[in-house]
Amino acid sequence: MRVFIRPCVWLLALLFCASFMSVFEALFGWFQPGQTSLIYQRAGFLSLLQNHVLLVLISGSIGTAMAVSAGILVTRGWGRDFLPLASQVASIGQTFPPVAVLALAVPVLGFGEAPTLMALVLYGLLPILRNTLVGLDGIAPAVKEAASGMGMSPTQVLLKVELPLAGRVILAGVRTSVTINIATAAIGSTIGARTLGDPVIAGLVNGNTGYVLQGALLIGLLAITTDSLFEALQRTWSQRLLAAAVAG
Amino acid sequence: MIELKGVSCRFGSTVAVDAINLTVETGEVCVLVGSSGCGKSTTLRMINRLLPHSAGEISVDGQDIRRIDVRKLRLNMGYAIQGTGLFPHWTVARNVALVPKLLGWSRDRITTRVDELLTLLGLAPETFANKYPEQLSGGQAQRVGVARALAADPNILLMDEPFGALDAITRDNLQNEMLRIQRQVHKTTVFVTHDIDEALRLATRIAVMDQGRILQHDTPENILRSPANAFVENLLGSQDRGLKLSALRRVGDAMSRHPQPCEPDLETDWLSEDDSLRQALSVMLWHEAEQLPVRDAGGAEIGVLSRDQIWTGAT
Repeated sequence: MRVFIRPCVWLLALLFCASFMSVFEALFGWFQPGQTSLIYQRAGFLSLLQNHVLLVLISGSIGTAMAVSAGILVTRGWGRDFLPLASQVASIGQTFPPVAVLALAVPVLGFGEAPTLMALVLYGLLPILRNTLVGLDGIAPAVKEAASGMGMSPTQVLLKVELPLAGRVILAGVRTSVTINIATAAIGSTIGARTLGDPVIAGLVNGNTGYVLQGALLIGLLAITTDSLFEALQRTWSQRLLAAAVAG
Repeated sequence: MIELKGVSCRFGSTVAVDAINLTVETGEVCVLVGSSGCGKSTTLRMINRLLPHSAGEISVDGQDIRRIDVRKLRLNMGYAIQGTGLFPHWTVARNVALVPKLLGWSRDRITTRVDELLTLLGLAPETFANKYPEQLSGGQAQRVGVARALAADPNILLMDEPFGALDAITRDNLQNEMLRIQRQVHKTTVFVTHDIDEALRLATRIAVMDQGRILQHDTPENILRSPANAFVENLLGSQDRGLKLSALRRVGDAMSRHPQPCEPDLETDWLSEDDSLRQALSVMLWHEAEQLPVRDAGGAEIGVLSRDQIWTGAT
């Protein structure tokens, strides 16, 4: 379990900064002389962090569920016709700038968390879908043929052979998607979602560099924590095989 | 018994298999041989319904395979393919246990069976059971593939070029293993290969295929002696047909047997009872010997093979 030490350290750093940002007050005062309000006060960093994480978590779960099911559907015999369509839709989704997705979502869903969630879900789909397709496609045809030829049902082939084998690649897609969405979620602050983007926007509007830095610091730490957590997960995933290979 | 009656397989407008008739008797090894694209793999895959047949009727032990539940049909047919198709994320033991597990065997019964099969295939269970496929050599992986096919003791064995990707020596060993195992288990086997020597060696009967048709279906000996047409003759290679024929005969059947086994003369070269006449001929050519003593598996001298006996035995 040593692989989980790094994400834990980053998580502690994140929680510390979110709880005790005021200890850095002197630092922010040092390069912003004359600024009266040094630490963002309008909302607690911890509650912003919580909201931010929740947004990413929910959008990530919905996005993963959608993308993985879509990836599975279009790689079944009867869904193959939709394979090009699915990868195209996912690519087009990625060419949209996140701000544009937000702007388009506002008229439909109003301001606040809902349009942000929608934008995050749409934006996070592509990496997961692409990796699901790559992962499922990368399985040796002989393995699948043997599986069904030996009498496994299509569901068994999917659950016991295809998904475990494609799992690491899919997980890598989720990692990319979630890391991107941690950054994208901050933009949700422009349409009224409460995220760690709030201090950044407020700082830009009021010309307070300290606020911008505080928001950026927390977003950065959150991204690093999440990324190292995924790294640890991916390692654990392959550890069994790796350990076996070393032993052999 | 597997019976194919007027079976065809069409993909769009191309005909992969064209109205073939084939009967594989219980316990015999039927080898489908031909160049790539001749329809031999397609035929095999129609038997376990990986491919649907467009016309005709396939029956297993008298039952139309379309009336049997497809999973039940496949669980009763061992399936070994080129490149093994072993699951890379499962250990050797778990791979072999696949079908027994699908059939719901108890854990103890599965463990016993896996050990038994690995031993049968010459893989020590304590060394190999917990290895992953990527840690095996090609030959070892293919042995595991065969063990997996045999795991639930199916009545029928389907093998699609299982030794195709192996080097000559490993292939030779595995063919010997196949013959040995087949003598023990007597499975009704359909074996696909493009290698005529492999076919001659393993088959009870050979079906030579070309362009979706069966050109000749007969015992190795009859195919060698009277090939049906130029294609079959060409496949056999007209130059060394004699040697191929001699490879089908055992030394033990052609030699003159001593009334009593006796102590072997340790000085001279010797043949084993199970050697083929082709090997015997080669040894005699090399040593310029007129005749050689023959020993049984225990090492006792049980007879003598002379050059003349090769001649009369092989023709």
